[in-house]
Amino acid sequence: MTSKIKFVHGNEACVRGALYAGVNFFAGYPITPSTEIAEILSQKLPEQGDKFIQMEDEIASMCAIIGASLTGHKVMTATSGPGFSLKQEALGYACMAEIPCVIVNVQRGGPSTGNPTHVSQGDVNQARWGTHGDHSIIALTASNHQDIFETTVNAFNFAETYRTPVILLFDETICHMREKLIIPRKNDIPIVNRFRTSLKKHVDYHPYLPREDGRLPMSDFGDVHRYNVTGLFHDMWGFPSNNPKIVQELLHHINDKIENSIHEITKYKEHYLENAEYILISYGSSARSAIHMAKNRTQRGEKIGVLELQSLWPFPHALVREKCSKAKAVLVVEMNMGQILNQVKLALGDSKNVFLANRIDGNLITPTNIKALLRVIQGRGV
Amino acid sequence: MSVKDYIRERFFPHIWCPGCGHGIVLNSFLRAVEQLKINKNKIVITSGIGCSARISGYVDFHSLHTIHGRALAFATGLKLSKPKLKIIVPMGDGDALAIGGNHFIHAARRNIDVTAIIMNNRIYGMTGGQYSPLSGLNIKASTAPFLTIENDFNIVELAKAAGASFVARTTTYHVLEAVTLLKKAIKHKGFSVIEILSQCPTYFGRKNKKGDACSMLELYKKNTGKIGSKKLNNNPDLIKRGIFVNNNKPEYCEEYEKIIQKAATAAAIRQI
Ligand SMILES: Cc1ncc(C[n+]2csc(CCOP(=O)(O)OP(=O)(O)O)c2C)c(N)n1
Ligand code: SF4
Repeated sequence: MTSKIKFVHGNEACVRGALYAGVNFFAGYPITPSTEIAEILSQKLPEQGDKFIQMEDEIASMCAIIGASLTGHKVMTATSGPGFSLKQEALGYACMAEIPCVIVNVQRGGPSTGNPTHVSQGDVNQARWGTHGDHSIIALTASNHQDIFETTVNAFNFAETYRTPVILLFDETICHMREKLIIPRKNDIPIVNRFRTSLKKHVDYHPYLPREDGRLPMSDFGDVHRYNVTGLFHDMWGFPSNNPKIVQELLHHINDKIENSIHEITKYKEHYLENAEYILISYGSSARSAIHMAKNRTQRGEKIGVLELQSLWPFPHALVREKCSKAKAVLVVEMNMGQILNQVKLALGDSKNVFLANRIDGNLITPTNIKALLRVIQGRGV
Repeated sequence: MSVKDYIRERFFPHIWCPGCGHGIVLNSFLRAVEQLKINKNKIVITSGIGCSARISGYVDFHSLHTIHGRALAFATGLKLSKPKLKIIVPMGDGDALAIGGNHFIHAARRNIDVTAIIMNNRIYGMTGGQYSPLSGLNIKASTAPFLTIENDFNIVELAKAAGASFVARTTTYHVLEAVTLLKKAIKHKGFSVIEILSQCPTYFGRKNKKGDACSMLELYKKNTGKIGSKKLNNNPDLIKRGIFVNNNKPEYCEEYEKIIQKAATAAAIRQI
């Protein structure tokens, strides 16, 4: 098969990535600006003999994909702010019961119904802490369609590798704009498939007993191993337990399996970063403006670079510390009131000048917006 | 096989209070499965949260104990993704019709091949006796110290109106009838609902002075009548037991196969 060049919007790039990764079950509920994902999959999935369902709400969609994941499918749902709020309880269930699934949140302005057709990056912290209780989460993002494609494939791969929900935090601008996408050839991007137990019938299978390497082989519902899955704290059979030792170990397990894998999960890009005096940290569509600005200024001899984050959770504090160690100032470019800024401050402590270059009025932050702030920081006036 | 072969002995004793009706439902359910001789690997039991929902852990099937009210949404994903599975969903009245009411009517509307067993004790047992949408008027509950003023749902009428293709009602007193009806519900292709009136002596019984579990069971004998029986004909106000709906409407997963065929044809035409 040869590479295929497409001209698509970001939502379609996400769908194409999902299909490449092997998605074969989708449940969703329409919401701007994510709806195109459901619309395209309502055609593509039945075409390949797989299932699409429009559920009665986002709660039901989240629950339905968890059910379908347990029968051995690669599952996804897509939504935006209000729907993302509704999914939180079941998302926490998937963390606790360790069920692979992918949740796309194409961010729009919030809180509440907010600004449905305009861009925002206001759900970064909700992605981290939207569901209750101590848990860890993987959230990925991208700033162009090629990266949306690859990030979506990664999301499915991480979901299977770590048996966990993975959140794709895109935004209205990136998902509604169109640009070129080259569909990679088969096997160009590795695919992680369901890791199933090799235990035979009548051998006692422990669904929640991690192997030495921390992984837990699964068994599809309908196959020979019958076990219990619950959102209660549970023992190695999946049976409810409030034994303090079991409770504590399980909580450690669902957090550690992700936090300890931060090196494998962290994805980022450097743009003009070498010797940069001023570093812009950005992600998603904001990063496009940051990169544009840095390119422009670099061409004029200034030393401005961009650290583009493609994984937001677990947050790569050590990476940020390392990359920004020599910077005079760090600007976090995002479209919210400083959600990633707080993490960057945590990473850098008080030792650095860390500033927020943001825009929260529903419009995309522009290179000019960022430049204006940078000039002030540089002491050159507006 | 005997009923014992269908339970996970490792996980007993169960959590239910002495005299709770939910254990009787479990017993009837297992007898029904045993008599139907369904392969255990083909059955998935999925439930929400509540005393009733705990049934799922005790039985030796694939079991998915989920979150409050949402079991039918999980069930929809399970069934649609693997239609050869038999999906059973035991629910409390609050689980099924308060928090889960929306999923209930939509599962019925789709007529997806899932069996919903609603164990109606007219109270929230697990959380300590608050009123439920099935409590009805003038009931004492821990959140209704001055008695309830809310009307209750009629599960049978609701299921019927929403489109369920099999609807039945029985009680924990009528154990053998429950087995027969459960067998029919499980065998039925489409969304089947079976309401089983189940006693909660601990909360509903105590708060409303209904006596012990035995007196509550006696009451089911007295205040219900089988459809077509003389007893019911003479006392039409009794709660009706039996089958209210049993028809062959198109089932969701079977209809979905037609979509797959249409999509394949459309794709083939595009290729030409
Ligand atoms: C989202 C959510 N809200 C509330 C609860 C608390 N809760 C647990 S069970 C239950 C009601 C149980 O009543 P019912 O479904 O009738 O079942 P029963 O215990 O009587 O068998 C409630 C309110 C919960 N677990 N989750
Ligand atoms: S509280 Fe009521 S419903 Fe719950 S186990 Fe006890 S008797 Fe049964």
